[in-house]
Amino acid sequence: MWEYTDKVRDHFFNPRNVGEVENPDGVGEVGSLACGDALKLTFKLGEDGKIVDAKFKTFGCASAIATSSVLTELIKGMTLEEAANVTNKDIADYLGGLPEQKMHCSVMGREALEAAIDNYRGGGAEKHELEGKVVCNCFGVTDTEIERVIRENDLRTVEDVTNYCKAGGGCGGCKGEIEKMIENIRGEQPEGAPKPKTHEGKTLTNIQKIQLIQETINEQIRPALRAHGGNIELIDVEDDKVIVAFRGMCAQCHLAEFTMKDVVEAKLREFVSEELFVEEDSDSIDESHEHIG
Amino acid sequence: MDTIYFDNNATTRVAEEVFSEIQPYFCEMYGNPSSMHTFGGQVGVKIREARERVAELLGCEPSEVIFTGCGTESDNTAIMGALSAKPNRRKVITSRVEHPAVLAVCRSLERHGYEVIEVGVDANGRLDFDELDKQVDDDTAIVSIMYANNETGNIFPIERIAELCKSRGVVFHTDAVQAVGKIPLKMSESEIDLLSLSGHKLHAPKGIGVLYVRKGTRLTPYMLGGHQEGGRRAGTENVPGIIGLGKAAELAGANLAEENSRVKALRDKLENAILKSCTDARINGDVENRLPNTSNISFEYIEGEAILLMLDKFGICASSGSACTSGSLEPSHVLRAMGVPFTAAHGSIRFSLSRYNTDEEVDFAIEKIPGIINRLRELSPFVAK
Ligand SMILES: Cc1ncc(COP(=O)(O)O)c(C=O)c1O
Repeated sequence: MWEYTDKVRDHFFNPRNVGEVENPDGVGEVGSLACGDALKLTFKLGEDGKIVDAKFKTFGCASAIATSSVLTELIKGMTLEEAANVTNKDIADYLGGLPEQKMHCSVMGREALEAAIDNYRGGGAEKHELEGKVVCNCFGVTDTEIERVIRENDLRTVEDVTNYCKAGGGCGGCKGEIEKMIENIRGEQPEGAPKPKTHEGKTLTNIQKIQLIQETINEQIRPALRAHGGNIELIDVEDDKVIVAFRGMCAQCHLAEFTMKDVVEAKLREFVSEELFVEEDSDSIDESHEHIG
Repeated sequence: MDTIYFDNNATTRVAEEVFSEIQPYFCEMYGNPSSMHTFGGQVGVKIREARERVAELLGCEPSEVIFTGCGTESDNTAIMGALSAKPNRRKVITSRVEHPAVLAVCRSLERHGYEVIEVGVDANGRLDFDELDKQVDDDTAIVSIMYANNETGNIFPIERIAELCKSRGVVFHTDAVQAVGKIPLKMSESEIDLLSLSGHKLHAPKGIGVLYVRKGTRLTPYMLGGHQEGGRRAGTENVPGIIGLGKAAELAGANLAEENSRVKALRDKLENAILKSCTDARINGDVENRLPNTSNISFEYIEGEAILLMLDKFGICASSGSACTSGSLEPSHVLRAMGVPFTAAHGSIRFSLSRYNTDEEVDFAIEKIPGIINRLRELSPFVAK
């Protein structure tokens, strides 16, 4: 059971400002049903340029609801400039803190606020555009967003980043990339995080290469596929050609938009050798990407 | 405020009869059953009685009952023990909806060069028997399929699978942690080789389990050390746990009919009332073939943890397969294996009853739940006004 503060419980059981403002000046929508939480924030500006009314609708856990409720209270009476400076930390602090694993709720609040302000400034543009390159495909989190939570909250580990914006919390395939981002931002190696193994420069014997391929599949690729109900089997290695078979892919696979073959190839090139290319085993090709109805 | 406990698949209340039976074994008869004095020996007698009681419930010989530390240990012992007894076989078959006590063990074997097959389920959570049939071959070291699923309550065709494995000479293990005490078992007429159960799911204390091992099944011990349990499970016996489980097994046998009539009727009443009073609610699982005490319902467009907290305010205990409660950011692996849409998986609630639940409790829940669901739906951006 989560340890929530009295303030979180109060705002969950008695949420303030539920609903949608009529004829809003700004609308911000973030999250999705698939991700497990979503927030729609609407606000209205007064004559004096200050936020006179703000309302929310939220799908999500208790802390998502409480953060949304608190956010509406927090921004009422603020100018847009003031509101634009609200950080996820401000929201969490106002609630007397959130459990670490729930910090992403406060980030969602801040994102919705930003989206609503952008929407107002852009004259009612439909949707908040994602900035940057998507790093976490499972939860659709970009590098810009990850960098921001790292900086604003002084995050040190991949786990922290997952707690704050969910990135890395699905299949885990982007953990390496997040780790590199933390390293770059902090200019040092994150504590306790294992170094990715690279074998650049070394020439591998055939046996070593096959072992390394198997190891990479076991450690870097299979867990990601597993998380989505799939699996991979190494069939054969012929020179630089790696033949694999994919098994029982997941229902509602998030990764459907790009082929698994590319993902596997990229990993093998990163961890084993740049020369490698991947082919799907022709006998099992029919079975791959099969989604359960 | 009274607690209304609808989370019996997570753990159960220790029966009063069990509690009073084990009480003397803490401060009075605390001897070690292995000792060479009467003081310890009297404890050994009680353990023998407990073993007989468990054997009676399972319909097997007392010598086929090994006491373990928990259901998880039974599962681990069964799988690892069967593998090392047949080191030349390199394939392990299980299902995608197993409890982590089985699934995590199987997945760890992949690293040791085993081929691990996870058989899928359909949208109602029914096992793909044909796929299983295709996979079981003479390289298969063990097949492990749960008797009943802890989340949905689905019951799998265990006898059929046992016969299939038997006909191909493959060891079959079933995690029956959720089934024992709810489904009648008769191991003497079954082809199951290994079966796990856990005390705390049937009104015995936590931290006691059993692994049933059919006579003649080759199994390498998992816990090494002393000669306890005939050398098959080392470690000084959890005496109160074992005696408690023995008593609980006796009670379970006596209450089996009630589980399948009165408890089932309560479950059905709760479930039907919820489906009637709440829109966009659906059952997860195979309604034709479920444990009598379990109901897994998805409330679309709202999130499970929020529902649980509101239920908790009324003293109602249940659990959820939502991401926020699973300890990860993704919803339950069981519901995902069934292809339950995210809209429904995040809002899934499991109610699991026991013989201690009453009509009044069910009525109270039926009265409170629609309000909770409507309240959260009012907050949800996905529900039109
Ligand atoms: C199906 C199933 N298997 C195994 C276990 C683990 O049992 P224990 O808690 O005794 O280790 C549980 C209980 O959570 C279960 O439901």
